[in-house]
Amino acid sequence: MLAYAIKRTLFTLPIMLGVSLVCFALVHLAPGDPLVSVLPPDASQAIKEQMMALYGFDRPYHEQFARWLARVAQGDLGTSIRTGRPVSLEVGKAVGNTLMIATLATLIGFVLGTLFGFVAGYFRDSWLDKAASAAAVFGVSVPHYWLGMILVIIFAVQLGWLPPTGAGPGGSEAWVWDWVHVQHLILPAVTMSVIPMGIIARTVRALVAEILSQEFVAGLRAKGLSEFGVFRHVVKNAAPTALAVMGIQLGYLLGGSILIETVFSWPGSGLLLNDAIFQRDLPLLQGTILVLALFFVVLNLAVDVMQTTLDPRIQRA
Amino acid sequence: MRAATAEAFVRSPGYWVTVLRRFARDPVAVGAAMVVLGLILMAVFAPWLAPQDPLQGMTLKRLRPPGTDGHPLGTDELGRDMLSRLIHGARISLFMGIVPVFTALVAGAAIGIVAGYAGGWTNTVLMRTMDVFFAFPSVLLAVALAGALGPGILNSIIALTLVFVPPIARVAESVTTGVRSRDYVEAAKASGAGALTIIRKHVLGNVLGPIFVYAMSLIAVCMILASGLSFLGLGVKPPMPDWGLMLNTLRTAIYTQPLLCALPGVMIFITSISFNIMTDGLRSAMDIKA
Repeated sequence: MLAYAIKRTLFTLPIMLGVSLVCFALVHLAPGDPLVSVLPPDASQAIKEQMMALYGFDRPYHEQFARWLARVAQGDLGTSIRTGRPVSLEVGKAVGNTLMIATLATLIGFVLGTLFGFVAGYFRDSWLDKAASAAAVFGVSVPHYWLGMILVIIFAVQLGWLPPTGAGPGGSEAWVWDWVHVQHLILPAVTMSVIPMGIIARTVRALVAEILSQEFVAGLRAKGLSEFGVFRHVVKNAAPTALAVMGIQLGYLLGGSILIETVFSWPGSGLLLNDAIFQRDLPLLQGTILVLALFFVVLNLAVDVMQTTLDPRIQRA
Repeated sequence: MRAATAEAFVRSPGYWVTVLRRFARDPVAVGAAMVVLGLILMAVFAPWLAPQDPLQGMTLKRLRPPGTDGHPLGTDELGRDMLSRLIHGARISLFMGIVPVFTALVAGAAIGIVAGYAGGWTNTVLMRTMDVFFAFPSVLLAVALAGALGPGILNSIIALTLVFVPPIARVAESVTTGVRSRDYVEAAKASGAGALTIIRKHVLGNVLGPIFVYAMSLIAVCMILASGLSFLGLGVKPPMPDWGLMLNTLRTAIYTQPLLCALPGVMIFITSISFNIMTDGLRSAMDIKA
């Protein structure tokens, strides 16, 4: 088990290096001067060169990459061109905010998704299955940024029950777990939850149907085990895969939060990414993408190891 | 003995005919396919269907609600007819949903088939490279690439293609690896056929079906992602009528004309759900076990 975890971790290292290279290269795909956003258009050539040297943009690419990587390994993601603050600080705060809505959304999605999935898998081809499957198709098909707008229209504009945007009176700086702030979480989290809901419902439905068709279930029933007892066996068999899908969904939500955070002006990593793109803040852009991608890689690793631990039948070389 | 063998050779309908027959028995999937067909026809005949010019606005008639005289679905923030813009929007929105998936299908299938057929080092190098791109959540990769390249149709297509190449390559690789060790491939090799001939005659026919159906299921995802890029201002540029971009520019009117703002999203939703239901139906029609 431990050997597998170590081996899997070692396999992840080259992926992480590749991810860093892509993040670094991405920024250099961008056309134009990397300092275009900070320098006035009439800045003298001397100042330009001085700034380029300060940020290290004058060095050859491989040297820039090596230096950047060495600094990243020490937790230094550089300085935001726009705010002048350390990128690691900005990203850390924003990722924390996104984790709040993404975790809540994953939990809502997992509860609803497993419920729909179990109902659909247990009562295959009944109207319950059709309704639950329709909910799942809805979840994977709806453009969630549009759903967010619809929810804002209904619950904020028309009914006035919930705030439409933002993170509360003090913003994310003064976040406290009271109703005034927590109510800002509800609409973004519910909007986000439709994606994991749909995907988990589909996965669980297929899992449950597959497990129920296996011979051991017929055997358990023949032995006179109660339907609840059979249900426990189904849950045990479905849990590792369902939990793995849930874990990976959390990573997708965290990395893909930009659309929802733009709709709700939620001060998370997506909104930060949006700012970094439109203000051409390259160190911030690079840092945000890198942190989100590495988080996804580590999460995948953790999910994989967890799944092998939970389900000893999975033999992995 | 001979007679029995001959009888077994009574021509059975081809694989795709069987699949289509099974598909036709699913009314929901057929309905979805009709909607898709309708949307494609709407895109093709947009100039003849749209009552007005989608780009010509009237400053005096801005943000009229649906049901206004002469504008059955109202007008947008620049006074352009919504119905005409939604009809014309089918063109660019469907284009952005389908084209990246097809370019990714060509590139991903080529990479996957070569990796799967060659095996060894070629496979390792190609598939590990794919793994690196796979390590990014899809929305993040699309946004990062589009953000770095800058807005525009071509850049969005490049970004979305790169998002879909790795998953398609993975499917292509695993299907090809399965086919490679089949007896008929071994037989072709033994009789001296070259790699290209084997791939063309024996591998392609057996792997393209599953890869194609997998790619079809990505169209809905691609539609939503492409509209998302336009919604962020990283995709199609104004004044082009794209559904995602329309959602973006109408967002400011969310308090005054909520119904109007919701319309472009309805179109994206109808398109993506129809594609999803259609490909689900196609997949279960191809799944002989079900």
